[in-house]
Amino acid sequence: MIDMVDVCKSYGKAQPAVNRLNLHIEKGEFVFIVGSSGSGKSTLLKLLMKELDATSGSIMVNGQKLEEMKRRKVAKYRRTLGVVFQDFRLLKDRNVYENVAFAQRVIGRPTRVIRKRVPEMLTVVGLAEKYKSRPKELSGGEQQRVALARALVNQPDILLADEPTGNLDPQTALEIMQLLEEINARGTTVLVVTHNKEIVNAMKKRVVAMRRGVIISDEQEGEYHD
Amino acid sequence: MFSLASIVTMFACILLFGIFFSIVNNVNYMTKHIEQDVPIVVFFGNADTETAADDDEKEPLDQAKIDEIGSLIRKRPEVKKMEYISADDAWNEFVEQNFKDHPQAAEGFKEDNPLANSASYRVYVNKIEKQGELIAYIESLDYVREVEHSEAAVRTLSSLNRLVAYVSIGLITLLLLVSIFLISNTISTGISIRKEEIGIMKLIGATDLFVRMPFLLEGIILGIIGAALPLLTLYFAYTKAVDFVLAKFSILSDILQFMPVNTVFHSLLPIGIALGIGIGFIGSFLTTRKHLRI
Repeated sequence: MIDMVDVCKSYGKAQPAVNRLNLHIEKGEFVFIVGSSGSGKSTLLKLLMKELDATSGSIMVNGQKLEEMKRRKVAKYRRTLGVVFQDFRLLKDRNVYENVAFAQRVIGRPTRVIRKRVPEMLTVVGLAEKYKSRPKELSGGEQQRVALARALVNQPDILLADEPTGNLDPQTALEIMQLLEEINARGTTVLVVTHNKEIVNAMKKRVVAMRRGVIISDEQEGEYHD
Repeated sequence: MFSLASIVTMFACILLFGIFFSIVNNVNYMTKHIEQDVPIVVFFGNADTETAADDDEKEPLDQAKIDEIGSLIRKRPEVKKMEYISADDAWNEFVEQNFKDHPQAAEGFKEDNPLANSASYRVYVNKIEKQGELIAYIESLDYVREVEHSEAAVRTLSSLNRLVAYVSIGLITLLLLVSIFLISNTISTGISIRKEEIGIMKLIGATDLFVRMPFLLEGIILGIIGAALPLLTLYFAYTKAVDFVLAKFSILSDILQFMPVNTVFHSLLPIGIALGIGIGFIGSFLTTRKHLRI
């Protein structure tokens, strides 16, 4: 599903953010990408989102070569991904329903489809009764659930999560990770970038560790050590 | 604030364009009118004389010679049509124009026509550019005392038209660029305010067009408003301006033939609106292209 071969990303003459990275992820896998700040894990996600272009190497996602992708195809590619961020990135002037529906409107889904799909997703993340609430009325965990619902409403093949529990307390963080596990169990490939050791070690998933742009270990049911 | 500045600048730009458009079209209209409706007038010398210096003491030219002159002129290919105005006809026209309200004042001249020497041919040309050639020919004929024509007026109008065109193009181009710049700033401000939302839209798969469309529409709406206001102003000001000019320059009423306002606006309205939409679209398109590369 995801194939990264000899991928490099440099910004000028400084140390590359990602250096000759090779990573293969199968469909339906749950993978943690771990490492300290500056290890290149967020850069890796941005490369997969086509927010950045690799300096060299090849990235293939679902059979599409990202380095050959024309600009006008990027929007369509991103619809095959679901993305959640540490800061949730919800639209503050819209309620929960509108935030999730937004993802469907952007891709031109008809209203009758939106009216059916959005409540379904809100039920999956456990926020069906809060559809009228604004983000500021929700807790951090609830906001992240809304973000997850938005990421999943278009039924993406791959879910990318960049520090999804970074702003959450441990209990809420665990709840969010359990939700991600449920999503993965339904067939979605999940890639989580995090530096939360406790979560990683508790979940016994594949762990890819990075340091200074390089993968230093890749273990099934791995653990994260500093 | 930028929106208001954009609209004000576009107002000036489109207003100037509308004024320029009206002037140029009216000058062309006047030129065509002169070509079609203002004749060359040929006056005859007196009998047995060929110069005007002897006119006071000589008899008017006899009809046979007048007819001969007429047939020579009529044969020319530049001539579209001709009319003969006898001295009596000339006098009657003069009375009609100048003694309409006091016909009794003209009675004293009834037996002694002061315009006895003012029989004339009115010659209409096919094309205004052939007028010079025809005038030269007529002036070379015997017994032709004077040839009145409108060539000078046409040349003056054409020169005026060119001057108006050059000055207007320069000013309009400048205002156009300023309008595009101000609209661009308006859109930039909008993009800055909505940067977070735009970022999210792009990352979840919105196309460039989907993201751009609200800003393009905003630019177009600014353009339409910026064009509609001056066109409306010009529509009402046009008739007043024409009335003012005709009142001030009544002596030139033969030449000063203005197009009806609806005829001008038949072309000006769609062109003006298109110009406004174009300015708005270009300003917003360039800005969205610059700022929305995510």
